[in-house]
Amino acid sequence: MMATTIQSDTVSLLSIRSVAKHFGKNIVLRDISLEIAEGEFLTILGESGSGKTTLLRILAGFEQSTSGEVWMQGERLDTQPPYRRRVNTVFQHYALFPHMTVEQNVGYGLAIAKRPAAEIESRVAEALAKVKMSAYAKSKPPKISGGQQQRIALARALVNRPRLLLLDEPLSALDANLRRQMQVELKALQREVGITFIFVTHDQEEAMVMSDRIALLRSGELEQVASPREIYNRPATSYTAQFIGHTNLLHADIRHGMATCGALRWPTSLPDGKALFSLRPECIRPATAAPAANDAMVRFQARLRDQAFHGATDLLRVESDGGLILTIRTASRDLPDRLLEFEFSAGDAIPVRATSLGSNSTSEDRA
Amino acid sequence: MFSRAYRTTITVPPLLWVAVFLLVPYLLMFCYSFWSVSDSGTIMHSWNLDNYKELLAKPVYWQTLLRSMWIAARVMFFSMLLGYPLAYFLSFHAGGRKDLYYQLVIIPLWVSYLVRAYAWKTILGTDGVLNTLLQYVHLTSHPLDFLLYSPFAVVLTLTHIYTPFTFLPIYASLEHIPRNLVEASHDLGATPAQTFWRVIFPLSIPGVLAGATFAFVLSLGDFLAPLLLGGPSGIMISNIVVSLFGAAYNWPLGAAISLCMLALVLALLFFSERLEKKWSFS
Repeated sequence: MMATTIQSDTVSLLSIRSVAKHFGKNIVLRDISLEIAEGEFLTILGESGSGKTTLLRILAGFEQSTSGEVWMQGERLDTQPPYRRRVNTVFQHYALFPHMTVEQNVGYGLAIAKRPAAEIESRVAEALAKVKMSAYAKSKPPKISGGQQQRIALARALVNRPRLLLLDEPLSALDANLRRQMQVELKALQREVGITFIFVTHDQEEAMVMSDRIALLRSGELEQVASPREIYNRPATSYTAQFIGHTNLLHADIRHGMATCGALRWPTSLPDGKALFSLRPECIRPATAAPAANDAMVRFQARLRDQAFHGATDLLRVESDGGLILTIRTASRDLPDRLLEFEFSAGDAIPVRATSLGSNSTSEDRA
Repeated sequence: MFSRAYRTTITVPPLLWVAVFLLVPYLLMFCYSFWSVSDSGTIMHSWNLDNYKELLAKPVYWQTLLRSMWIAARVMFFSMLLGYPLAYFLSFHAGGRKDLYYQLVIIPLWVSYLVRAYAWKTILGTDGVLNTLLQYVHLTSHPLDFLLYSPFAVVLTLTHIYTPFTFLPIYASLEHIPRNLVEASHDLGATPAQTFWRVIFPLSIPGVLAGATFAFVLSLGDFLAPLLLGGPSGIMISNIVVSLFGAAYNWPLGAAISLCMLALVLALLFFSERLEKKWSFS
C-alpha cells in the first residue's frame, strides 16, 4: 500500500484513521487510512464489492465503522448521527422527495435548519440557477428526467454549503453522452464552489477525468492513492496497472541489470531475480527506419495477429519471436508487412508489485 | 394475442358470477325499495317513495345510522391508533424479525369472526374473565356492567377485528417508501422525528386512507358484533335491516335502508380513492 501524503501547503479537512468495517464475518473494509485536503476532489474507485460505497456510508453516518475513527477539522465525525454532520450526500438514485416540488426539495435542509423564509427563497433560487434548473422550481421530481433529477439532487446538497460533499456513483444511471457532459459540469462546479468532493465510482475513466486524486480500493483495502497521472503512469501494483487503462504485464527475469521476457530485453536497475513490469500499449510503437540512437530504446520483431479500429488509434495484438503476445496502441494505420519491428523506451516498463486482478471480494457492494 | 375462444372462456364465467350474484340482487333491491307491503304481508308492486319518506320521518332510523357512523368512526380511530405504530415498527425497526411479526399480525385473521366475538363476550361478561379478575384483586366490589352489551363492547370488538385490516395497507405503503429518502432526510439535517413528519408520514397517507376506509366501511355494515355484544344501546343500522328482512317482514323498507347505506359507502370509497390518488407519487 502506498503511503498517503498531503502536500504541506494544503489543509487537511478529513482524516480517516484505520477504519474497518465487518458485516458479521464479512470484512468489507480493513484498515483504511486517508487524509483528504480542503477543496480536494477525491475519487474512491473500485469494483463492485470493493467496499467503496460502505466507506462513503460511514462518512455520511448511515453505517457505523467496526473500528477506527473519522475526524473532520479537529472534531470526531464518526460518533455523530448523520443529521449533525456538516456533510451532504448526492445519492446514486437521487433520493428526491416525491411529494415535494423541486423548490421544496432544494430548500429542505434550510427549512430544517430554520433559516428565514426570505433567505431560503434566495438561496434555493441561486442553487437552482447554478445547476440550470430554475425553470423546474415548481415541478414534482417524478415528472422530470434522470439527468434533471441529478442536478436537483446536487443543488439540494450544495445549497446547505456543506464542508464535504459525498457523491455515490451519481452519474451511473445516466446515458453515456449525458454522463460525459455531467462529468465536465460537475468538475467545473466543484472548482467554482470550492467544496471538498468525495466521489465514488467504478468507472476508471470517470475517475481520471474528474479527480485531483484517486483512491483505488480493492477488496476493502487501499491499493494506491495518487493523482490520475501518477496512478496511470506509475502504477504501484499489477492490479492498479490493469484496472486503470490497459497494460501489458511482463514477467521478467533480471540478471546483471538486464530484464528478459521472451524476446524482449531491456536494462533495469532492479536486483537479480524475478520481477513484474507494466508496459502501456501506447508506449510501444512501430520502429522508425533509422536505428535507435540511444540504447535505452528496446527493439523487437513481432508478427501482427489482429488489428482493431478504435477511432483515433488502432489496437494491435502482436506476437513476438518468443511467442509473447503484446497489445500495442498506435496512430499509424499503414503497417507495411505482417512481420514488423517495434520499439519502446526501457523507462516505460514500470516495475509493479503483483496483486491479483479480479474481485476476490468478501461481499457485494452495498448499493 | 389470445384467441377469441380463450378470452371468452376466461372472462365469461366471472362476469356471469358478478351479474347473477351481485348486479341482479342489487337491481332487485333497488326495485323493492320503491314497493310496499300490504297489511296482510304481501309485497305490493306499486311504485312510490313511501319507504324513503318513512326513513326521514322516523328518528329511530337516522339516529341508528348516526350511532352506527359514530361507532364506525371510533373503530376507525382506534384501529389506526393501533395499526399505524404497529406497521411503522414492523416496517422500520423489526429488522430480521419482520416476517415473524408480520405473520403474528396476520394469524388472527384466520380465526373465525364469530369465535373472536364470543371470546370478547367471555372476557367482558358479568361473570367474565375481566370482571372476575377485577374483583379478585379488589379493584371493584361489583361486576362492571358497562363492559358488555354496550357500544363500548362493540367498539372494542370491532377494533380488535379490523386492526389487521388497517395495518395491512399502512404497512404496504410504508414498505414502498425508498429507504434512501429517509437517509436523504437525515443527511439534510432532519432528526428522526422531523423525518417522520415531513417524509415518512406524508408518503404513507395513501395507506392510511385505505386503512381508514376499510375500518370505517366494514364496521358501519357490521351486524354480528352489535348482535352478540351490543345490547339495546349498541344496536347498529345493519341490525335494523336484518330484522326488517326477517321478523318484521318489511323487505321494501329494508331495501331502502340498504340502498342508502350503499350510496353512503360508495360516496366514501369515491372520495377516499380521489384523496389516495392525490397523495400518491409514483
